[in-house]
Amino acid sequence: MMKVAVGEGSCGIAAGALKAYDVLEQKLNSENELTVTGCIGMCYLEPIVDVYNGNELHRFVRVTPEIAEKIADAVNSSDFSNSAEYEISDDDKSFLSSQTRIALRHCGVINPEKIEDYTEDGGYEAIKKCVTQMTPEEVIEEIKISGLAGRGGAGFPTWFKWNAAKNSEGNEKYLICNADEGDPGAFMDRAVIESDPHTLIEGMLIGAYAIGAKQAIVYVRAEYPLAVKRLKKAIKQAREHGFVGENIFGTDFSCDFKIKAGAGAFVCGEETALIESLEGSRGMPRLKPPFPAQSGFLHKPSNINNVETFANVAWIIQNGGEKFAEMGTETSKGTKVFALTGKINKGGLVEIPMGKTLRDVIFGIGGGIRDGKKFKAVQMGGPSGGCIPEDLLDTVIDYKALSATGAIMGSGGMVVMDESTCMVGMAKFFLDFTAKESCGKCTHCRIGTKRMLEILTRITEGEGKEEDIDLLDELCYSIKDGALCGLGQTAPNPVLTTLKYFRDEYTDHIENKHCTAHECAKLRKYKINADACKGCTACARKCPTGAISGAVKSAHKIDRDICIGCGSCLSACRFGAVEVE
Amino acid sequence: MNFYNSKTDSDLTLLEPTLAEYGDESENLITVLQSAQEIYGYLPTDVIIHIHNRMCIPVTKIIGVATFYSQFRLTPIGKYLIMLCKGTACHVNGSDGIYEAISEYLNITDGETTEDGLFTIKCVACLGCCSLSPVMMVNDDTYGTLTPEKAVNILKELAEKEEK
Repeated sequence: MMKVAVGEGSCGIAAGALKAYDVLEQKLNSENELTVTGCIGMCYLEPIVDVYNGNELHRFVRVTPEIAEKIADAVNSSDFSNSAEYEISDDDKSFLSSQTRIALRHCGVINPEKIEDYTEDGGYEAIKKCVTQMTPEEVIEEIKISGLAGRGGAGFPTWFKWNAAKNSEGNEKYLICNADEGDPGAFMDRAVIESDPHTLIEGMLIGAYAIGAKQAIVYVRAEYPLAVKRLKKAIKQAREHGFVGENIFGTDFSCDFKIKAGAGAFVCGEETALIESLEGSRGMPRLKPPFPAQSGFLHKPSNINNVETFANVAWIIQNGGEKFAEMGTETSKGTKVFALTGKINKGGLVEIPMGKTLRDVIFGIGGGIRDGKKFKAVQMGGPSGGCIPEDLLDTVIDYKALSATGAIMGSGGMVVMDESTCMVGMAKFFLDFTAKESCGKCTHCRIGTKRMLEILTRITEGEGKEEDIDLLDELCYSIKDGALCGLGQTAPNPVLTTLKYFRDEYTDHIENKHCTAHECAKLRKYKINADACKGCTACARKCPTGAISGAVKSAHKIDRDICIGCGSCLSACRFGAVEVE
Repeated sequence: MNFYNSKTDSDLTLLEPTLAEYGDESENLITVLQSAQEIYGYLPTDVIIHIHNRMCIPVTKIIGVATFYSQFRLTPIGKYLIMLCKGTACHVNGSDGIYEAISEYLNITDGETTEDGLFTIKCVACLGCCSLSPVMMVNDDTYGTLTPEKAVNILKELAEKEEK
């Protein structure tokens, strides 16, 4: 009998995991066990099917229905010789073997919908240890020793927040999980909830015990339907097993869980805005102080942590804070999960100890840049972060070192860009995002981001003025100083870092009306190579402004004065005759 | 009263179970609105007024909340809601080209619905499937590693299915 597990995280399903599952369900002999797991994080190889033959693991990648059939044959006959070519290569194996997994320790290994899978691996032992053997003070002390800091972006020490909430007066306290993962380019929280929801529940129970909360709330993005579904199921199972509810493990510790679905507002990742949203209002940040630890949800003491932070907690209690603190650098302890995406060969979830370099992640684990192109920058920290250039690739992953570059650790999005990405365009992209997501409460953010977006737009359209760079600079600092919350205070970061490291691209756009990456449509100049042109008229027929002329079967020409640089001719030409200058 | 739509004949009984469970506490407003949108497909005016009457929340506040969050709609949507991801990874991998292609094919722009009521396009921030970028979701199905042609073909297939 063998166990066959199909990876069914959102990415796996999008890549076709359900089709593979259907084939396996039909073809596998009944003595074998077919199950599902969450996301192992090797998104670039999805769908993934694992076959456990005793202690032997056969991992099949990019499983199409045809390959699934071959896997079923192999399992049924216990002969894997004919299917070896579909198994993961040694090179790809290193993607996982070079990682240290704590927050993701169960992801892609256990079935997220079966609580037994979790308890068999020591699940809910940490909360048992807390409530039966430790005082809340001891729990907080253990977290303090571990050096765990908030994984949502700001990197604030977790123990400090817990301690403040614990010491706040009042019997009614709330423990809240921020699962409103809004940074475009980050998806580790989704993966944890989809693949290992009980880890989150256990981490939250420990936090609730430490601060003295009887109610835990998970605020999760509405865009993550599968995560919501699995979390609901996990809470139900935990309640049935007595891990959630009244008198947990026969002690006087009680804690119940609630899920609140967010409704799509990036600013709700800011903790006071999140609280406003939980209370049923527009998600507009409050002035701090008072901090949530004193006056949070319903004006009661509340503590808010991110999903990945909670995912580390049970491990720390079980293995000791010291073991966690052994990993990392002087100021940043433990591991961090990164979502590696963009123009990278091997995209997925990477968990590594702090202290490794960006190069280790991008060129080591990630396998470098796709299609043999040249690395240009890595964007970290989403709309609050910045772009780090090639000569800073040896920066170590550490809250302080990353902040020194002008980017931030953030929630761990790492979007890799090659030479085909325009950095002014990138800054514009993020300002477009923050301008749209600004809640409108404070003037600096509401109007400042809009003005910056206008300037960036005109630069990318070839209308930039010489004084624009200075104006951008000035706006950046006044928004940073004047904005009410983290969204506004960090919104200028993408502009500041691109101005710092890629200033020549700005001047090139403004002075020469030229975009080296050929990404800015209005600055693109097209021409037709007369030797390659067959005169098929395809481009002329596609051109929306009638800028292309020429007789049938003779070389065509583009009239620059009429051309709007839309690129229709480039995609229409089947002979490669249209070129960008 | 006249704001975004003027529907007056929604079946309000459908919302009763939700209001019975959540209607007593004003902090549940977003949950109630989400449930209402699930039932009616959008937030019709008469439903908003009904929620106002039952939860004793000013209509202005309900509209304020409904217009603040991108999830809520005050107008009906098509049978197929296309959520096109415009997150960073999708942007870097060409989501703008996908948008242009589907927008041209359906002849609508972001937020609009086709005349036959089949498709609505909505650009969203990040669907969290970054390694499959560019990505779009059509109702509950996610489609990854799109090219402009692939995206249009997916919509063509759906449209053909509807004709049958």
